[in-house]
Amino acid sequence: MTNNTGILGFGAYIPMRRLQRAAIHAANGWFAGSLGGLARGEKAVASWDEDVVTMAVEAARDCLEGYDRNAVDAVWLASTTHVFADRQNAGIVKEALNLADATGAMDVAGSMRAGTSSLIAALQTAATGETVLHCAAERLMPRPASEREMLSGDAAAAILVGQGELIANLIGSHSVTADFVDHFRESNQSHDYDWESRWIRDEGFAKLMSTAIIEALDKFGVEGSAIDRFIVPVAVRKVPELLAKKTGIAEKAIADTLGATLGHSGAAHPTLMLAHALESAKPGEKILLTSFGQGCDILLFEATAAISSMKPRLGVSGWLARRREDSNYMKYLFFRNLIDLDRGMRAEHDQKQPLTSLWRNRKAVLALVGGRCTKTGTIQFPKSEISVNPNDHAIRTQEDYPLAEVSATIMTYTADSLTYSPDPPNCYGNIEFEGGGRMMAEFADVDPKAIEVGDKMRMMFRIKAIDELRHFRRYFWKAAPAF
Amino acid sequence: MARGIKNKVAILGMGCAKFGEHWDKDEDQLMLEAYEEAIADAGIETSQIDAAWLGAAFDAVNIGPSGIPLSIALRLNDIGVTKVENYCASGTESFRGAVYAVASGAADIALAMGAEKLKDTGYGGLPVRTRGTMHDMIGITGSAPGNFAQLAAAYRAEHGISKDDLKRAMAHVSVKSHANGSKNPKAHLRNEVTMDQVLNAPMIAEPLGLYDCCGVSDGAACAIVTTPEIARSLGKTDIVTVKALQICSSNGWEMQGSGWNGSYFHTTRVAATRAYEEAGITNPRKQLSLLEVHDCFSITELVTMEDLHISDEGQGWKDVLDGFFDADGQLPCQIDGGLKCFGHPIGASGIRMLYENYLQLLGRAGERQRKEQPIFALSHNLGGMPNQNVSSIAIVGLADA
Repeated sequence: MTNNTGILGFGAYIPMRRLQRAAIHAANGWFAGSLGGLARGEKAVASWDEDVVTMAVEAARDCLEGYDRNAVDAVWLASTTHVFADRQNAGIVKEALNLADATGAMDVAGSMRAGTSSLIAALQTAATGETVLHCAAERLMPRPASEREMLSGDAAAAILVGQGELIANLIGSHSVTADFVDHFRESNQSHDYDWESRWIRDEGFAKLMSTAIIEALDKFGVEGSAIDRFIVPVAVRKVPELLAKKTGIAEKAIADTLGATLGHSGAAHPTLMLAHALESAKPGEKILLTSFGQGCDILLFEATAAISSMKPRLGVSGWLARRREDSNYMKYLFFRNLIDLDRGMRAEHDQKQPLTSLWRNRKAVLALVGGRCTKTGTIQFPKSEISVNPNDHAIRTQEDYPLAEVSATIMTYTADSLTYSPDPPNCYGNIEFEGGGRMMAEFADVDPKAIEVGDKMRMMFRIKAIDELRHFRRYFWKAAPAF
Repeated sequence: MARGIKNKVAILGMGCAKFGEHWDKDEDQLMLEAYEEAIADAGIETSQIDAAWLGAAFDAVNIGPSGIPLSIALRLNDIGVTKVENYCASGTESFRGAVYAVASGAADIALAMGAEKLKDTGYGGLPVRTRGTMHDMIGITGSAPGNFAQLAAAYRAEHGISKDDLKRAMAHVSVKSHANGSKNPKAHLRNEVTMDQVLNAPMIAEPLGLYDCCGVSDGAACAIVTTPEIARSLGKTDIVTVKALQICSSNGWEMQGSGWNGSYFHTTRVAATRAYEEAGITNPRKQLSLLEVHDCFSITELVTMEDLHISDEGQGWKDVLDGFFDADGQLPCQIDGGLKCFGHPIGASGIRMLYENYLQLLGRAGERQRKEQPIFALSHNLGGMPNQNVSSIAIVGLADA
């Protein structure tokens, strides 16, 4: 690996709703009283219309802010909770980002190490001159009243790796593989099965992981004391401290695991913590990224002088600040399909997805690409053969006009309690894009009582509808209050 | 502008089933109920009908496709029967088919039926349905109240009206229609309501509460049309003719273009202008005697008063509150209770409006008959949603008006 390969940019996404752990315990404490000690702080929870794909798209947008998307050669997505077992999830991310068709894509899965193993492979690919957008996202489905439910959180992160104007160089990477089964989840199962935590701590973290870190530092030729930021994406308390002590890394180098504010986002967590560290890293700092899952991955980066000038749109701290406190545990259960509420007949509406029309219209549907009349400049959504301009219905004059990154203003709105929505009332209205173009859009992450004509909105990639009959989901863009 | 069809077509007979929740009836029974009244009124035999049109919007959940349900229900005499669907304007669309057939000379006598059996779906409100594959990918599967409620937000913003003022004006629309409906034996809802009841009703789609929304009903309505000459030859003396019939369909400008502000119906404005021109009406506020408009929601009726060029823009809510459109006002609107209380069996509504205007012109409206003899009566039948819709306007009057 050459030393001119590394990180070009980074981004993150954290869902807005923050479920209070006290609310979880208030509901489950009668049954799982032993979890009372964890009933502090909050965890980020995805809305009903968010999954690994949508969160990855938002993290990628955060990362690519201001970056020429034409320079991205491949999109990779790591997760243990991929939406589709056979339909490329990274391919949907590619479409939503409106990247050129000549872009590579790959899904990575299989363990809590998926994110770091994918990142190592991305860096190796980057060494050949390609630019890879590495994304990691997770939406775990912990069993209600489990410790994992308390500790986990939903999030996504993205790291753009390649060569050129790097903000951090890769110094080296090291991997250890060992079938240490601290927890497992078979394909098609929702919930994890966990083994005893004391064994995991003593044999897993204290032996397997610390040894791997020591080996890695030796391989990189770096002393533990030289590490400025030590990323240990482990939700068990005191484990980072234990590892720091065993590897000679200063305790002050230990990075915040974001347990109090977000929770552990599974295979996305190492990438997310790396994005968080990069936000405040100073030139010359050495960042040691580790991960644990049937072995360990260890990567060492050194921040360059360029780090001060490259920032994501929001980054981890920006997304953490975009927060809505929520104590509605029942809503959380319902959004995750863990409780079967009576949804009424309107929820029975069947919308079979004609895959043929999705293919023809994929730019409009997945990337929110509208049209711009090359003759009159009229912008519209969707694109059409004849321009909507009443003064010149020009025929076949439209070129692609992407609207996903254009801000919009509310023209009309309602909060509809009649139509079915998993999160009633369903809020929607006509919006107008800055510079032209209109559509009627559903609103996401909105307070139904605080909508007004003239409000500024930002488009977000979300699930539009879930087809429970055929196990498919439609994606489209919704308007969220500007942030 | 085209020459139009003013006075070329006469209404020979009309009928309307009682609207409501007919748990004991199928569509064919409702169609027959309307037809029996219409054919008796026309004084002809079924065999004299040359062509027929059927308007139904939700055929997939009730009547089924094609014109055949009508030809079977009435055992029509091996004639051409066409099913039309144009959202909630399907009734007037059906009437248009029959009227155009007579005006062109293709038929001497034609029949228009509108029918809908909505109460076999299992839930209140209109059924959820697809609007086509592209719409299902990028559109909103909202509700009718949710679509129309948005008018209120835009109307307030455009004209600087407070939420409370607009909500009161909307409530007045519904209170007035309930008062009118209470006098109509064929109406679905015959209860009077108070301002307080309307204002405090449960919210359906902000800011539309329960009483801001019309009823969803089963029903059918029927018109038999011919030429004025044939009507006279059949012994008719008081002849009601069609003065204007206009339909305007959105071409996507409101939703996709720029310029529309969300507070009004572009199509209604266009259709109204054309209809007045066709009918030779220059001052609708003064010349029209009665209005039957598509009051699917209170806010729809309110903005329609402006779109029909009767109230000035931004002033309709004041006319409403002033009682201008009340049964005893200068220009009664929904004197039969409207969609709000007569009920809204989608495909039947446009013809039901014509039925009321026809009865009023002939002085046959009973307890709710307007005191002064009506001259021109307008019906407005709308389908779709504010940003994409079909607006139809029919003006009828006595032959010599």
